[in-house]
Amino acid sequence: MFYRECGVLKETYRQDMAIFPIPLDRWGLGVMLVLAFLVIPFTASDYWLSSIMLPFYCFSLAALGLNFLTGYAGQVSIGHAAFMAVGAYSSLILYGRYGVPLPLSILGGGIFASAAGTIFGIPSLRIKGFYLAVSTLAAQFIIEWVLTHWQWVSGGVFGTVDAPDMYIFGWLIDTPVKKYYLVLCVLILLTVFGKNLVRGQLGRNWTAIRDMDVAAEIIGVSLFRNKLIAFAVSSFYAGVAGSLITFTYYLAANIEEFNLFLSFHLLGMIIIGGMGTVLGSFFGAGFMTLLPIFINQTLLTIMERVPSDIRANSEAIVFGGLIVFFLIVEPYGMARLWQTIKEKMRLWPFPY
Amino acid sequence: MGRKLIFGFFAIVLAMSFVFISGQAMAAEKKKEGPTQFFGILIYRTGPFAAGGSGVGSGWEDFMELRNMQGGVNGIKYSWEECETAYNTARGVECYERLKDKMVLVHPLSTGITYALIPRGTKEHKVVISSGYGRADASDGSVFPWVFTTPTNYWSQNSAKIKFIGKQMGGMDKLKGLKIANLYIDIPYGQETKPMLDALGKKFGFTVRHFPVPWPGIDQKAQWLDIVRRYKADWVINRNWGVSCTVPLKEAARLRFPANRILGGWWCGSEEDVLPAGPAAKGYYTANWHGVGRNFPLIQEIVDKVYGKMKGHISFTRVGSVYWNRGVYTALINEEAMRTAHKKFGVKVLTGDEMRWGMEHLNITKERIKELGLEGFMGPVKTSCENHEGGKTVLFQQWDGKKWVKVDEIAPMTDFVWKRIKASAAKYAKEKGITPRDCSKVD
Repeated sequence: MFYRECGVLKETYRQDMAIFPIPLDRWGLGVMLVLAFLVIPFTASDYWLSSIMLPFYCFSLAALGLNFLTGYAGQVSIGHAAFMAVGAYSSLILYGRYGVPLPLSILGGGIFASAAGTIFGIPSLRIKGFYLAVSTLAAQFIIEWVLTHWQWVSGGVFGTVDAPDMYIFGWLIDTPVKKYYLVLCVLILLTVFGKNLVRGQLGRNWTAIRDMDVAAEIIGVSLFRNKLIAFAVSSFYAGVAGSLITFTYYLAANIEEFNLFLSFHLLGMIIIGGMGTVLGSFFGAGFMTLLPIFINQTLLTIMERVPSDIRANSEAIVFGGLIVFFLIVEPYGMARLWQTIKEKMRLWPFPY
Repeated sequence: MGRKLIFGFFAIVLAMSFVFISGQAMAAEKKKEGPTQFFGILIYRTGPFAAGGSGVGSGWEDFMELRNMQGGVNGIKYSWEECETAYNTARGVECYERLKDKMVLVHPLSTGITYALIPRGTKEHKVVISSGYGRADASDGSVFPWVFTTPTNYWSQNSAKIKFIGKQMGGMDKLKGLKIANLYIDIPYGQETKPMLDALGKKFGFTVRHFPVPWPGIDQKAQWLDIVRRYKADWVINRNWGVSCTVPLKEAARLRFPANRILGGWWCGSEEDVLPAGPAAKGYYTANWHGVGRNFPLIQEIVDKVYGKMKGHISFTRVGSVYWNRGVYTALINEEAMRTAHKKFGVKVLTGDEMRWGMEHLNITKERIKELGLEGFMGPVKTSCENHEGGKTVLFQQWDGKKWVKVDEIAPMTDFVWKRIKASAAKYAKEKGITPRDCSKVD
């Protein structure tokens, strides 16, 4: 009744091209932004801000990056955690050792990761599918190896670079609220940029390559350029996410944080959230990072008398069960669920 | 059908959140029982290293359970909450943030989590204890005031290992010309001791070669062929973790390399590591810093009182195992720090600063160990403002096919190790912009 296209008259091309053509969607987004910018920082406790929202935002960003590559361009990558690591280490080194200002260091982390991603993306011109997956797996191992063994990077035997205090133009960013705003601003900036990227020519090229690369080439889409750009953009996002999570959450770049498990985790996020959707990356990151904590805390209260080892394992069982459940009910991811709900709402209350 | 399932799911989520909220309210009400010293236990009962995490966490809880039955520490009872990290750093930090308002001391129980908690603990005044793991240079209390590696660290361990090898060969002069293979898992944890062993090799005239095992270390055939056939090592140092600890024993047996020439680190020296290797493990040596088994009066007491009342936190078969005993040791260090702090600040629930003072003034003498009912379980521990390590000796044990037997107790090369700890800590301080405390001015 309220959520409808009927009566929304588009008078200019601009209006026709809007991301959210339906007014209610725009309102909804506005409410979400107000929530994120004004309500959450002032109502949530430090625990919520620093240990739930921060990793959630950072992983959303990383998942978004992977979604460009895997969801839009159709190139599977299981080396994304390594690109996050490149971003984390290089931004820490830029900021900590060379005194580059923080925003530029984070950007630099993204650029270095993007360079690494482009190099490892070159094989994608010749191989696809599972074979490409294996070559990105190699990227994961090679980067991990290099970062642990290159003494100059890790700065000694401990293989870790500690994050110094963060200053933006002399302003110390130390409290969870300030960190939250930093991450949120970067996230929104990159999400808007990414959304427009996939709506534009580049995104269409990617989709064409994903759906059938031979056909795409015939109609004049350069595979070489577009695939490499997909790798570059995607690892740029991963690098920025890696540097943000290290600066705000881990406080030390340690290669063990960015292992193969995390790569699979990111892949799981976009599969559950929805491949080829921007929104799905957020849903997926929420599912994979928040749900285990939620289950853990819930079990803690309802299973208080159960031995703790059973409780700890039942967390994994419930979480695994939910993944299977979601994949059976909605194989296209949670973003598709949202799409279905929206379509139903358009007809409500008079479906035919 | 699909829609019903989805709605059903959302209904369940909704119901769960109600339970969650009401449960939190209930939990808040329960807290009004009287002052208790709270400990947050970062445990991992799931994941690839569950044997270590569940053992240590449960031993610690069983010890606290016993003290609560006896009326607490000077009348202050313990309370605690477990938080499952699954050895994952992001989850570990979440656990710390969840529990930090209540706790004053944390054992991260994982190298990655330790790195993440060192800056947090320092800033928020929570004691971070990484007993036998984490960064070795954190033993320098002037640079790391909030971090303790009590009782010992990896570098001390390795210097003691070399002394042990020397003793086994019949004197330190016999080390000359010896070939030692350092088999390590290729992650920062594994690499930490490489420069230490190189330096020791130069000092005593033996050769060290490093054999990296790629994570997770299930397959070590190539490394072992290299070690035994090409390098012809005399001794092998087994620096692995979890499942990769067991593999070397089997590989050595296959190549007829004697098990009593393999010396493991203390995270490779539990029953869970050797039992899967069967008879191949017989004779295998590892380092440790506490006794094994149930033949100590205090542990007997836990068995009788806690497990007798069915209040234990782990299956009874694991009581007295290496990791479980390590948990008891952990709990004991905490408790001695509490008692020390009680003497200075009075009997009350301690704050982070008071707990840190207690940790820094630990003095567990031989007499005290006997009084606790742990004679032979551990060596004396004495910490100071500068020395956050405190332990004097490293124990060595041998697997006799059924159980671990303590064979030796060796003091590490303190001067040699501390020179390096100081240098490394100074470098860290410089990089982070920390001014080290002047320990001569701290009481």
